[in-house]
Parts: sequence; structure tokens; C-alpha cells
Amino acid sequence: MSQSYNRGLIEDFGRWKEFTAGMWAWILHKFTGWVLIGYLFTHIAVLSTATTGATAYTDTIQGLESLLVVRVMEVGLLAVAVFHILNGVRLLFVDLGLGLEQQDKSFYASLVVTGVIVLASVPTFLEGAF
Amino acid sequence: MSTQVPEEQEQTEPDEQAAETAVQQRETPGDRRRAERDAERQERQAAAGAPAEPDEDAVLLKVFRYDPEVEGKMEPRFDDFYVPRKKGMTVLDALIYARDHFDTTLTFRHSCRQAVCGSDALFINGRQRLGCQTQISDLDDPVRVEPLPHQDVVKDLVVDMEHFYDQMHAVEPFFQPEEESGGDLEEYRQTRENREKIKMSTRCIWCGACMSSCNIAAGDNQYLGPAAINKAYRFAMDKREGENMKEHRLNVMDQEHGVWRCQTQFSCTNVCPKDIPLTEHIQELKREAVKQNLKFW
Ligand code: HEM
Ligand code: SF4
Ligand code: FES
Repeated sequence: MSQSYNRGLIEDFGRWKEFTAGMWAWILHKFTGWVLIGYLFTHIAVLSTATTGATAYTDTIQGLESLLVVRVMEVGLLAVAVFHILNGVRLLFVDLGLGLEQQDKSFYASLVVTGVIVLASVPTFLEGAF
Repeated sequence: MSTQVPEEQEQTEPDEQAAETAVQQRETPGDRRRAERDAERQERQAAAGAPAEPDEDAVLLKVFRYDPEVEGKMEPRFDDFYVPRKKGMTVLDALIYARDHFDTTLTFRHSCRQAVCGSDALFINGRQRLGCQTQISDLDDPVRVEPLPHQDVVKDLVVDMEHFYDQMHAVEPFFQPEEESGGDLEEYRQTRENREKIKMSTRCIWCGACMSSCNIAAGDNQYLGPAAINKAYRFAMDKREGENMKEHRLNVMDQEHGVWRCQTQFSCTNVCPKDIPLTEHIQELKREAVKQNLKFW
């Protein structure tokens, strides 16, 4: 079909408003999974360069924790991790063929529970940050 | 000649479906969709006050147009058609009206007009649906009609289905019993339980809605797609084919571009006009494939 008209990739992303629960769950799961990998490597890099001595370690941690961005990003990390875990459990159920009819509801539940946990964590994470 | 649907023909379908869902204990995505639709209908009616008077208002159709053979139509565009609303009018009826009354070059496929032939899967108001199965009154105005996404457009609403058919044929979509049936032309008998097991999977009408809705299929042309996998399920689960054949079928599915490409986004299950639980079937084949690989005895 050399003459046929290909509407290209734009039609996929241009339709984001029409995405269904399962599609969002997939996108968010990919995103959070890769963020976690990114964090893991940063985490390893930072800590392994701070193990030259007790003071170096303490200084590094205190230095990081004194930065507002780091405090805020910690909340973000928690959000990402919690969502990934909850939706990961949802995916495991889907793989077992359990509760397939509730897959959209369980996705929304993952979002809501993530939101609640993150909000509840804010006082701890941001204590004295501002 | 107009091919408008005679009024009474429309009525058999909902009855049939109602009877069928009454037998089924489980709620399918289709049940939910219908419940939602009915609720919406009631809302609409409540909003409109008394049952709407049959007045002469028109529905606005925005139809995707494209014709590679005519200068000036090569650039895709949307055409507006104002079609007089009729009780029980489907999107397909409206398209037929537009073609017969306004523009005879408007091109789309259709045949049975009762959700059996699978030739009029379209992208209607942002979702894959059968034109003949979608009531205009259930849609928001204007009604936007586009060819199926992720397939090449040949002309107007007609897409090239060749790739979809290739994938369907790739899974050997035919019955291959282990041994010939007994005497001459004797039937292959199946237990009621086994028939029930594959019931939903037999309903596919090859419309391609599922394949079109799938992000993964869009990004991977080799992916067999939901309909083909469902077809494989239909035979793999059919006990009459025997164990060896089942193993062969699972081997076809147990591939990177087979069941493992599915990312359980449920898009296919959401759009299938025959309410086939596609994701459920794909997931079951995944588990069967794993079980087969783990068989050490
Ligand atoms: C209890 C904790 C976790 C659970 C239950 C979980 C579960 C899952 C599941 C079910 C998948 C999807 C596999 C699939 O079907 O495609 C997945 C993907 C993934 N996970 Fe996790 N996970 C967890 C923790 C983590 C952690 C700590 C990391 C990072 C260090 C991580 C990184 C990833 C990545 C990168 C993917 C792949 C994303 C993609 O599809 O590209 N996960 N996880
Ligand atoms: S599985 Fe459903 S959506 Fe897919 S081709 Fe068959 S009938 Fe159409
Ligand atoms: S015209 Fe046959 S399925 Fe719609």
C-alpha cells in the first residue's frame, strides 16, 4: 500500500486524553521503575564515595539533608516507590488472572493509597526543612 | 438504493444480549459498558425532560476524508455532515445516509449491519467501535468518525487490514484434531464444560478493533495481537485437539512477539465489540506456556 496514508506516531500521544486506566498504569509503572533504577545508581555512587571515614559520611548525609531540593525529592522518591510497589502487586495479580474485572479499580486504588501514604509522610520528611 | 436499516431489525440484538448476559454469572467489561450506557441514556432523557419529541433535529457527523487518487483530496481533512436524527439510528446508518444523500464518494466498509461481519470497526468519538453497534443517541455531539488508528488508511474510513489478517492466519486458525473422527463424517464431540470454556473466544468477528486499540501492537508490527492470540486460545483450550497439538500451539504463543508482548493494558478487552475477555485469555496462555516449560517429568 504505497499510496496509503500513514498518520504516524502523533496520533498516539495526541490521544492521551482517551487513554484508559490500564494504559496509564503501564506508563506510570515504566516511569517509576526507571526512576527507581536511576535512584539506585545515584544512591550507590553517592554513598560509595562517602565511605572514606565516619566524618565524611556524616558530612555527606548532613550536607544533602540540608538542601531543600533533596528533602522534596525524597517525598517524590517515596511516591514513586510506593506506587511502583502497589501497582507491581496489582500486576502480579493480573498475571495470576485474579481480579481482572477490577483492574481499573485496583489501579485507582494504587493511586489513592500512594497519595495518602505520601501525604502522611510529609510531616516526617519535611520536618524543619522550611 | 438506500440501505437504511428497517426499524425492527435493530431490536433483536439488545434482546439477545440481555438473554445472554442473564445466563452469564460474571460481569464482563461489556456488561459494565452497557450499564454505563443505560445510566447515561436515562440521564440524557431526564435532562431532556419528557421523552424527546421526534423532531427534525440533525446530528453533526465529522468524518475523516482522504483519497490518494484525487488531486485536492490527498490532504486528509474532516467533512461535516448534518444527518437527520432518527430513533434507533446507528453511526453506520448515519454514514449511509450521508453517503446516499450528500456525497456518494464517501467510502466505508459494511455488510451485515448487525455486528456479525466485523467490517465496520471505526474510531468513533475516540474509541474503537462497530459503526452498526453504536447508537447515535449514546454519543456526544458532534460525532467524530475516523478510520481505525494504527492501520494504513486506503481511502476515507477504509483501512488496510492485510497485516491484521496475516497475524490471524499465522496462528493456524483452524481445527486440527489429533485423530480423525470415527466413522464417515461423524461429528467431533465436545464436552459441555469444554465448550463453555472456549465459548467467549469463539465469538471473534475479525473486526480488528482490539489490534487497533493496542499501543504495543502499534509499536511492534510482529506482535501477533489480541485477536490472533485469542484465536490460538480458542484451539489450544479445545480438548478435542489433543495434548500434542496443544503443545504445538503453546510453542507458537510462547514467543517474544507472541503472548509475552502483551503488557496487560486492557485496551483490547475494553473495546472488543463481542465482549471477549482478551486479556484474560492472553494471561491464561502465558501461564500455560510457563507451566509447559516447567514440566520436567
Ligand atoms: C516490592 C517492590 C517491587 C515490586 C512488587 C515490583 C514489581 C514490578 C512489576 C510487577 C513489574 C512489571 C513487570 C512487567 O510485567 O512488565 C516491574 C517492573 C520494573 N521494576 Fe519493579 N517492583 C518492585 C521494586 C522495584 C525496584 C526497587 C526497582 C528499582 C531498583 C524496580 C524497577 C523496575 C523496573 C526498571 C521495571 C521495568 C519497567 C519497564 O517495564 O520498563 N522495581 N516491577
Ligand atoms: S477479538 Fe474482538 S475486537 Fe478483536 S477482532 Fe475479534 S471481535 Fe474484533
Ligand atoms: S456491518 Fe457487519 S459488523 Fe458492522
